Amino acid sequence: MNSAPSAIAVRSVSKSFGRGDAMVRVLSDVSVEIGVREFFTLLGPSGCGKTTLLRLIAGFEELDSGDILIDGVRVDHLPPFRRPVNTVFQSYALFPHLTVAQNVAFALELQDLPRAEVRRRAGEALEMVRMGALAARKPAELSGGQQQRVALARALAPRPKVLLLDEPLSALDLKLRKEMQIELKQLQAEAGITFVFVTHDQEEALTLSDRIAVMQGGRILQLGTPREIYERPAHRFVADFIGEINLLEGQVSGHGKVRLDCGAEISAGAGQAAGARVTVAIRPERARLVRGGVLQAEVTHVAYLGTATIMQLRLADGGPFLLRAAADDLPAIGGRVQVDLPSDALQVFAA
Amino acid sequence: MNLRRLPLTREIGLGVLVYLYVPVVVLIVYSFNANRTATVWTEFSLDWYRKILANPSIREATWNSLVLAAAAGIGSTLLALAAALGTKTRFRGRGLVEAVLNAPLILPEVVVAVATLMLFVAIGVELGMAAMIPAHIAFCIPFAFLPIKARLDGMNPSLEEAAQDLYANRLITFRRVTLPLLWPGILAGFTLAFVTSLDDFLTSFFLSGPGSTTLPVYIFSAIRAGITPEINAISTIMLIVSVALVVTSFLFGRMRR
Repeated sequence: MNSAPSAIAVRSVSKSFGRGDAMVRVLSDVSVEIGVREFFTLLGPSGCGKTTLLRLIAGFEELDSGDILIDGVRVDHLPPFRRPVNTVFQSYALFPHLTVAQNVAFALELQDLPRAEVRRRAGEALEMVRMGALAARKPAELSGGQQQRVALARALAPRPKVLLLDEPLSALDLKLRKEMQIELKQLQAEAGITFVFVTHDQEEALTLSDRIAVMQGGRILQLGTPREIYERPAHRFVADFIGEINLLEGQVSGHGKVRLDCGAEISAGAGQAAGARVTVAIRPERARLVRGGVLQAEVTHVAYLGTATIMQLRLADGGPFLLRAAADDLPAIGGRVQVDLPSDALQVFAA
Repeated sequence: MNLRRLPLTREIGLGVLVYLYVPVVVLIVYSFNANRTATVWTEFSLDWYRKILANPSIREATWNSLVLAAAAGIGSTLLALAAALGTKTRFRGRGLVEAVLNAPLILPEVVVAVATLMLFVAIGVELGMAAMIPAHIAFCIPFAFLPIKARLDGMNPSLEEAAQDLYANRLITFRRVTLPLLWPGILAGFTLAFVTSLDDFLTSFFLSGPGSTTLPVYIFSAIRAGITPEINAISTIMLIVSVALVVTSFLFGRMRR
C-alpha cells in the first residue's frame, strides 16, 4: 500500500445546516483521498454539496462528524488561519482598500517574513500570473480576468500545500475562461501543488482534472479520471450530467436482450432480471448510421459543425435521439435512416 | 407632450419646495438685516454675527453643545459599532435586538426625557453634562447604527473569510480588513449622531443644569424675551453647520467600497 499521506483525506464527513424541520443535510458520509500534486475536481449541480466540502477543507464551516486531514495532519478542529491551504474565491474577494501588491503580500506579512522577502515573493507571485505591471492598482481598476489572476497570485504567494478553487472561472466570459483553464493547468505544474477545484461545468472538469468526483445530493456518486467518468458512468445521473448522451427506456425481454420502448430489440442488459425496467445509454458519437441498423429513425434536424455533423433524430415512439457523425455525412431532413448501437458503447442502468 | 411625466408635477414640486424652505430662507435673510426689529428690512449688515461672537453666554452654550455632541457622537458610535458587529450573524432574537436598538427613533422623546430626568433625580445624578451625555448617547445610537449596519450588510462576507484564509486571526482580520472597510460607515454614523445631538432641544432642556446650557436651549430661553436678529444669526450658523455635517456624512456613506 501507499504509505505517503494523501494531500487531503476526507473521512466519513457529514454536514447539515439549520435545525429541526428546517434542517438540510448537505453532505452525507463523504470520504475521499486526494493525492499530492493532483488536479482534483468536485463536480456537480448547484446544491450538491461540492462548495460545502471545499469550505470544510478550508475551515469556513465546522463539520458535524468525520475528520479531515491535510498532509496527514488532522485539521478539522483548526481555524482557517492555521490550515496550510489557501482559497481562490468565486467572487475573488480581493481586499478593495488594498493595492494589488498589498493584496498579494497580505499573507506573507502575517508569516513574519522579512520585508525584502515579502516584496520578492509577492513580486514573484504576480509575475507568475503576468500581473507585475499592475501591482500599484486597486482591485476596482482591474478587469474580471485581471482580478482573477490577482486572486490566484494572492492564494499562491504563501506557498500553500493545497490550493482550493471555488468556481473561480464562472464569472468570466467563454473566451477568457478557456484561456484561464490553460493557465490554471500551467500554474499548477509550475507551483507543483495540489489543486482542489469546484465547478458545475462538466466540460471544464473534463478539460482540467486528473480525477473528478461527481457529486449529487451530498454524496460522491462516482470518482475517477475524466475518461472513466465519461466512458463508464456508474450512474444514470453521471451519464446524463457529463457530456451529451441518449437515454433510451426499455425492458429486459430475456437473457441479455432489451426491448426498447421505441420497438427495437438490442443486445444489452446481461445480468438484469427479465421484465426489469432499464435505461440504455449511448453517447451521440458512438452510435452509427448504418444501413440495416437496429433503430429506425427520421432525421428532424442537421447541424454542420465543420469537424462533425450533429443530427437530431426521431425514433419510432417519437423519442429524440442525438447522433454525431463525420462531417461529410449529411442526410436530408425528413429522410429515414437506420442507426446501429455497438454493444460495447452501451451502458445499462436499472430504472 | 411628455407622457412619462404627470401633469402639474413641476408646479406641485415647486410649491412644496417653497412651503418647506421659505421660513428658513426668511430667517437667513433677516440675520443680515441691520434693523433691530426682526421683521422690517432696512439694509445689509453683519452686526448680529459680530454681536453673537462677542456674547459670552452664546459662546459658552456653543462650547457646551459641541462638547456634548462630540461625546454623544463618540459614545453612540462605539456602542453602535459593537451592536452592528454583534448582530452580523443570525441568531434567535436578532430582529428583536435590532428593534430595541432602533426604538429611540419612534419612542416619544418627551417621555424618554421625563423618565430620564426622574431616574437621574432619584439616583442623585447631578443635572448638567453628566446627565446629558449618557442621555444623548442613548438616543443617538440608532443614527450611528444604521449607516454602520448598512455598510456591514453590503460587505462581501468572503472578504473576512479570505483574510482568515490568508493566516489572519480574528483580531488581525478585524483590524486590517473589517475596520478599514467599515470606516466610511463609521464616519457617516458619527456625523449623523453628532448632528442629532447638536440639534436636540427636548432632552437637553430637561437635563441641563446651571452653566451647561446648550445652544438650542439658549435660543429657546432667549426667544421668550422676543425675537431678535441675534437669534436669526445663531440659527443660521447652526443650520449651516448641520447641513454641512449631514452632507459630509452622506458623502462618507457613498465612499467607494
